[in-house]
Amino acid sequence: MNNLIILPILIPLITGVVLIFFTKNIMAQRWISAISALLTIIASFMLAHQVYRNGIQTMDLSNWEAPYGITLVSDMLSALLVLTTSIIAFAALFYSFKSIGEARERFFYYPVVNFLIVGVNGAFTTGDIFNLFVFFEVMLMSSYVLIVLGGTKIQLRESIKYILVNVISSALFVIAVAYLYSVVGTLNMAHISVRLSEIGSAGIITVIAVLFLIVFGLKGAIFPLYFWLPGSYYAPPAPVMALFGALLTKVGVYSITRTYTLFFYHDVGYTHQLLQTLAVMTIIAGVIGALAYTDIKKIIIYNIIVAVGVILFGVSILTPESLTGSIFYLIHDMNIKATLFLLIGIIIVITGTSDLEKISGLINRYPALGWTFFIATAALAGIPPLSGFAGKLMVVRSGFETENYIGAFVVLMSSLLVLFSVMRIFIRGFWGTPRAYKNEERAPVKWLLVAPAILTVFAVLYGFGTEAIYPVISTAAETLANPEIYINAVLKE
Amino acid sequence: MKTNDIILQTVTKFTLFVIILFSIHLFFAGHYYPGGGFIGGLMTSGAIVLLLLAFDIKTVKMILPVDYLKVVAVGLLFAIGTGAGALFFDKPFLTHAYTYAYLPLLGKTSLHTAVLFDTGVFLVVIGVTMTIIQTIGESE
Repeated sequence: MNNLIILPILIPLITGVVLIFFTKNIMAQRWISAISALLTIIASFMLAHQVYRNGIQTMDLSNWEAPYGITLVSDMLSALLVLTTSIIAFAALFYSFKSIGEARERFFYYPVVNFLIVGVNGAFTTGDIFNLFVFFEVMLMSSYVLIVLGGTKIQLRESIKYILVNVISSALFVIAVAYLYSVVGTLNMAHISVRLSEIGSAGIITVIAVLFLIVFGLKGAIFPLYFWLPGSYYAPPAPVMALFGALLTKVGVYSITRTYTLFFYHDVGYTHQLLQTLAVMTIIAGVIGALAYTDIKKIIIYNIIVAVGVILFGVSILTPESLTGSIFYLIHDMNIKATLFLLIGIIIVITGTSDLEKISGLINRYPALGWTFFIATAALAGIPPLSGFAGKLMVVRSGFETENYIGAFVVLMSSLLVLFSVMRIFIRGFWGTPRAYKNEERAPVKWLLVAPAILTVFAVLYGFGTEAIYPVISTAAETLANPEIYINAVLKE
Repeated sequence: MKTNDIILQTVTKFTLFVIILFSIHLFFAGHYYPGGGFIGGLMTSGAIVLLLLAFDIKTVKMILPVDYLKVVAVGLLFAIGTGAGALFFDKPFLTHAYTYAYLPLLGKTSLHTAVLFDTGVFLVVIGVTMTIIQTIGESE
């Protein structure tokens, strides 16, 4: 029994509710949400520390024992993801203070961000498949509000698409859970895994596995289910985009990882081959999009899709090394996508446009912004000492080891093209002749730069500290590679 | 043209109490019989909607001067507080406690903290339903 595990969910939840009472007092809202975000970081750090020291932490809600009640399970993977989420949430909130605007702040911006964090942290922590659905909905409903908040024309249009896609995928999720429940008769994830291994490889289980892949693929934007993402993520303002780009798709990726390592590892030949093919296609589709556009938001949005493909390629190989690589890359990518969205948010604030053709010469006036962006892009592409390198290296190496040459080659090529796509922003936008922009004087650039700069420092430290972090991450991968560890921790056999 | 709603308004005044009593009955019956916070809250907001139909938004706001968003927040605090209260007794989140007590008038009654949780649900449902209806009703 350990109540620390609930705190990263409980603190933002209480904060979100309390903030409803202070909707008109913006300063109070900012202070309360900043303090609670700090507390969440501290709690999730302590949780991660405890998981690392004492192994998997579980908590049976309502004091009902494992398969009967809802169990919250924090293994190393979810503890790390919760910690990353808390840090990104704090950065995005801090950035919001100066950028989101009073109109949005008055209309429940901070409560809704807190509820989004509740959903994301809950989805990472839960050990019950239906509870996962509920936390998905908490997260998605908050994201519906965030995407439409402000009520501009593009937001209204894209939120309709976004809600429609997600309602359909949620309905499919319920259907998938219903099928699974009718086969195994339990909802606890560890217990499902036990029952599934008793059944072995029946045809229906493969069908359910593919259904789950469709469901989580719609949430996590894999090929060919990513069609909604570029439009929807284009609409909201930068801090919301950072939250979405860093957290929402990654919850889908995490769910695929969890279900495909804990549930469906019996008929690997079909399901994981499918996952692998789709992952490779996702990388290709993302790279094509990232190269095709000259709009800086679109370029970064398509880079999300590339990263989803790389992570899932590692998961589909299913060796300890590839899983370690995937987790390395997952955490790096959450961090770096938040950084990049916040940085291009600053560029948009300065120039008033996201069209790369209309931007040039920013480095003269904003050297700090320019070099932060440069480091962030280098980290994104995986230039050696920085954070994207180790994960991708392990994924590629295990790809070659298991003779998945095409996939590994695509991952390698994607690095190059990703680097090209973001360097284009740097070269065209920051170099060249300086121009004058309308809103330049009023832009609070120094203040806005704090959050992405801190995240960039994290990216650098993460890269340089690979050696130090490696044991933590490989503990996480070990749990994924051996579902028995997870099952024993939950069912206490 | 102004129509005369005297029959509707008079019937509403009587029916309202029956509906509210029924919803409270459903709410308290929830532990042993079909019912609970969700249906109880919906019925109560149904009663307020009837009031809205018979009168107008301004009058209903005068009768019930409540900010329904705050009702949602208070309801959530009830539910979370019941859950988080368990943390202070070193029990997992949402662990409930119950006891049997001899109350005056009611006799032996089981008291359960799940009722507090249900009160939260009850308030949230009323708050959400009424916020939706009032917001749509007021917007032009």
